[in-house]
Amino acid sequence: MITLAEITDVTGEPGNFQVEVTRRPRFVDTEKCIACGLCAEKCPKKVDDEYNEKISKRKAVYIPYAQAVPQKYAIDADNCIYLKSGKCGACEKFCPAGAINFEDKPQTVNLNVGAIILSPGFAAFDPTGIRTWGYGEFKNVITAMEMERILSASGPTEGHLVRPSDKKEVKRIAFIQCVGSRDLNKSRNGYCSSVCCTYAIKQAMMAKDHVKDLEASIFFMDMRTHGKEFERYYERAKGLGIEFKRCRVHSLEPVSETSDIYFRYIDDCGRQLETQYDLVVLSVGLCTPPSAMELAYHAGVELNENRFVESSSFDPVATSRPGVFSCGAFSGPKDIPQTVMEASAAAADATRLLAGARNSLTRTKEFPPEIEVASDEVRIGVFICHCGTNIAGVIDVERLARYAETLPNVAHVGRNLFTCSQDTQDIIKNAIRDKGLNRVVVAACTPRTHEPLFRETLKSAGLNEYLFDMANIRNQDSWVHAAEPERATEKAMDLVRMSVAKVGLLTPLPSISVPVNQAALVIGGGISGMVSALELADHGFHVSLVEKANVLGGQARHLFRTWKGELIEPALQELDARVRSNPLITLHLESTVGSAEGFVGNFKSTIVRGKDSRVVEHGATIIATGGQGYVPEGEYLFGTSSRVFTAIEFDKLRMVGDRRMKQAKNYVFIQCVGSRCEERMYCSRVCCTHSVQAAIELKESSPAGEVFVLYRDMRTYGQREELYRKAREKGVVFIHYEAHQMPKVRPLEPRRLEVEVFDHILHEPLRIVTDIVVLATAITPNAATAELADIYKLPVDADGFFQEAHAKLRPVDFAADGIFMAGLAHCPKPVDESIAQAKAAAGRAVSVLAGSSIDLEATKATVVNANCDGCAMCLDVCPYKAISLVSEEEAGGKRNARVEVNLAQCKGCGLCQATCPKDGIYVAGFSLEQIAAQVEAALAG
Amino acid sequence: MSFEPKIIGFTCNWCSYAAADLAGVSRMQYPHNVRLVRVMCSGMVHPRVVSQAFEMGADGVLVMG
Repeated sequence: MITLAEITDVTGEPGNFQVEVTRRPRFVDTEKCIACGLCAEKCPKKVDDEYNEKISKRKAVYIPYAQAVPQKYAIDADNCIYLKSGKCGACEKFCPAGAINFEDKPQTVNLNVGAIILSPGFAAFDPTGIRTWGYGEFKNVITAMEMERILSASGPTEGHLVRPSDKKEVKRIAFIQCVGSRDLNKSRNGYCSSVCCTYAIKQAMMAKDHVKDLEASIFFMDMRTHGKEFERYYERAKGLGIEFKRCRVHSLEPVSETSDIYFRYIDDCGRQLETQYDLVVLSVGLCTPPSAMELAYHAGVELNENRFVESSSFDPVATSRPGVFSCGAFSGPKDIPQTVMEASAAAADATRLLAGARNSLTRTKEFPPEIEVASDEVRIGVFICHCGTNIAGVIDVERLARYAETLPNVAHVGRNLFTCSQDTQDIIKNAIRDKGLNRVVVAACTPRTHEPLFRETLKSAGLNEYLFDMANIRNQDSWVHAAEPERATEKAMDLVRMSVAKVGLLTPLPSISVPVNQAALVIGGGISGMVSALELADHGFHVSLVEKANVLGGQARHLFRTWKGELIEPALQELDARVRSNPLITLHLESTVGSAEGFVGNFKSTIVRGKDSRVVEHGATIIATGGQGYVPEGEYLFGTSSRVFTAIEFDKLRMVGDRRMKQAKNYVFIQCVGSRCEERMYCSRVCCTHSVQAAIELKESSPAGEVFVLYRDMRTYGQREELYRKAREKGVVFIHYEAHQMPKVRPLEPRRLEVEVFDHILHEPLRIVTDIVVLATAITPNAATAELADIYKLPVDADGFFQEAHAKLRPVDFAADGIFMAGLAHCPKPVDESIAQAKAAAGRAVSVLAGSSIDLEATKATVVNANCDGCAMCLDVCPYKAISLVSEEEAGGKRNARVEVNLAQCKGCGLCQATCPKDGIYVAGFSLEQIAAQVEAALAG
Repeated sequence: MSFEPKIIGFTCNWCSYAAADLAGVSRMQYPHNVRLVRVMCSGMVHPRVVSQAFEMGADGVLVMG
C-alpha cells in the first residue's frame, strides 16, 4: 500500500505499464509508529478537521479518522510549526517509538504493472456562494456531509443533533434535494447524483431517532429510491411521519433574531405555503474532483462532458485506454452496492489480463514441524506489553508481571516495550523453546489487529497457533481507565487471569484445508451468465454453462437498446458466438440443475436434460437465472384492447414494423405497472429510462405526434437524466400521478383509447385521446429462483429475489462460500449493471478457483458423539446450513442418529452450541467450559 | 462503601468487541467494573453460561452482539 501518493505518468501497454508515482512525505516512519497518539496529544497546533467537515479541530500530526488504514500518524506539512519555522518538534520529543522523521522527502516510485484500476471516488458538490441556498452565509444551512458527521456517534457532537449557530437541539429540519444535481442553472451538473434521495431519507430517519418529536421534511422533485429494498425504506420513512414535499424551494431567508430559516414554497396542490426550520440540510450531489481529473489526464483516460469516465454498457469498467479500468463514482454517480460490484468487476478484468502470470510472484512461508503438546503438563508463558507508555503509563506493569507469576501453570512471565516488534517475536520464540512453554498469553492491545502476528510467532516456534490468547489491557483497559491507574491495574490482573484460565484449556487445532476443483458452474445463459462464463474462461477456468431454453440470451433477446443507445442484438450475437466457440466452456442447453451437494471448492451438481442427467464437479457456482416481465392482470385494458402493450411488446412491434405502430400518432406511456405497489414494493429501475428513451424516438420519428408519459417519480437516475431533459426538450409531455389516483384507460372508438389522469398542476382530470398505450411493467423473479434456493439452500428476500450476504459490501456473494449471483435474479437492473455484476461474480469466483486448495480458520463446531442424540435442533439455527443429520449403525444393529458438521461451511459462530440441550456440540476455542472458565476467573478477583 | 456491581459482558468479535476496541482508540472513559469475554458470535452464549455467571457472583450480565 502506497499512501500519500499520486500517479504522475503512465506509459506502456496492457500487460506492461510503467507507472510513475510521486509519494509525498508523511514525516512519520510507519514501521516504527505504534499509533499511540502521544504526538497528537503534545502537538500545539490545532487545525480544522477535514474529516469532520471542519466542524471540529485536529492536530497538525494526526490520523484522518479512527478507522483509517494504515493506523499510522502523518504530519500535515502545511500546518506543522516545525516544518514551517523550524521551532517546536514536540512530537519528535515525546514519540516513544522514535517514529518522527522531519527529514522525510518526496519520493518517486516507479512501478511495472500489467493492469491499472482507477477508483479516485467523488467530491461532494460545494454550494458555497450560491444565493438561493445561502450556504456559507446562514449558519444553520449545512451540507449533507456535515449532517453525516453531526449524526455520527464518533462525530464532533457525538451524535447529538444540535445546530451550528447556537447548539440548540433541532426540532424542525428540512432537507433540500438536488443541490448541485439535475441543475444546469446553479451548477454544471445536469445529471442526477443517484444516491441523495436515499441518503436524505436515511439522515431524516436517523435524526428522528436522535430527537423523538423531530419534524422532518424532505423537499424533492422526484423521489429516486430505485435501489434494492429502497422503496420499502421510503415507505417506512413515510410511516414514521417524515414529510415528503414535491416542490422546488426557490430561496431561503434567515429569520434574524433566531437564526431559523424561513421557507416559502408552493406545494403540489398549487398552494403557497410559508414555514420556518431550525436547520436546513442541502442534499449535495456527487462530482469528479480536480485531483481525479488530473489522474485521468496522467493515466490517459478520457472523461465525458459530465467529467466522468466514459464507458460502454457492454464493458462497463473499461476506459478509453486498454488495460486501464475504472470503478465507483469515477465513472458516474452510484451507490455503495453498485460501486462494490464494479470494484470486483474491475478486479476481474484486470486479473484476466494477468491470468498467465497468476501465482508467479507469490512466496510461501515455511514453518517447522509442530511439537506434540497435547498430553504435556500445561506451561504458560505470559508476555506483557508496555506499548511504550500506552499501557505502562497507566498500568503498573511490574506489579502485573509479579501477579502473573503467581497464577497456576504460568511458567514464564516477560515484559516488553513493544511486544509486536520483530525482536520481541524472537524473544517469544526463544522463551517457548528454552522454557518449554506450550501455551502463550500476550497481554497487550486487541486480538482483532494483533492475533495473526502472534499466532505466526507460535507457528514459527513449532507450537500450534491456537494455543494462544490475548488479554486486551490497552484498548479495553489503560486507554479507557486512564485516570484510574490503580483500578486499571486491578482490571489488567483480572484480564490476564481470565486469559491464563482459558489458554490452559485450549487444545491444538488441526489446520483445515480443502482442495478446490478449479472449474465453475454458471446457471443461466442470459447476458449475465454468458459474461460470467466468458470472464471465467478468459481466466483459464473450465466452465459448465447451463441454460434452460434452447438458445442463449435470456431476457436481453427482447431488448432493443441500452440507455446509452447501443444496440443490444449485435452485442448479444457476439457474446453468443464467443461462448459457443470457447473451448473452455461446455454449454448445456435445454438443461436445468436438478440437485446439488457440496460446499466451497467441492460442489457436485446434477444437470438434467430431458431424461438424461449428468453430474458436474465444480469449485464455484454462479447463479444468473434472470427474472421475467410482469404480465398485467387486466390493468389498463391489457389483454382486452389490441392497442395496450407492455414495453417489451412495444419494442418488438416497432422493430418488426407492426401496422398499428406505423399508423399511430399519439402514444401514452404509463409507468409503475406492477411496481411500487403492495404486492411488489420495489422499483423495477429500468422502466422510466426505457419509456423516456422510447418517447424520444417517437418524437424524433414523427414530431407532430403527441407522446405522454404518466409517472409517479421519474427515475432516470445518474447520467440517464440527460434522456429526461432531452425528452422534455423534444416536447414529450410528462404528467405526474399519485398511487391513490391511478390513470384510467377506456376504449373510445375503433382503434382509439382515452386515458384519464388527474393533473396536479391544473388540479383536474385530464383526458388524453391516444392510439397506443404502453405499460412500463415490472420485473419479477422467475420460478428458477425458488427452485435453486431450495437446491443450493440459499436465501431469498421478501420480494422473491436472491438475498446477498451483505446489502452494501457483499452484493454478489451469498452468505454460503463459493456461490455468487448476477443479473436480474438479484434484483431488477439494466444491461450495463447486469454485466458489471456478472464480471464481479466471476471475479469473486476466481478468488476461490485461483488456488488448488483453500485454508480455513480452525475455529469450528465439533460434535461430541457421546452426547449428541440427533435431535437436530442445531440444524434449524445454523445460518450456514453446515450441519446435517446422519444415522449410523451400532454394534447390535441399532441405528443411531447424530449430527455432522461440514467444516468448510461452518463459520464457528456457535449458534449450535447455545441451542444444544445436551452439550452435544461445541466450538473449538470457545467451548462453554472455556467461556465459563473465563467468567469464573473474572469473578475470582 | 458504595455498591460496585461486577458485570460480565459477552461481546461478539465482529461488532461489540470491535466497538469496545474503538472506544479505546477514541479514549472514551467508562466504569472499570465490567469484564468482557470475547466470543465469535453473541449467539454462541448458552443461557446456562449466563446463569453460571450469576451463580459465580456476577451482579449483571451483558450479552452484546
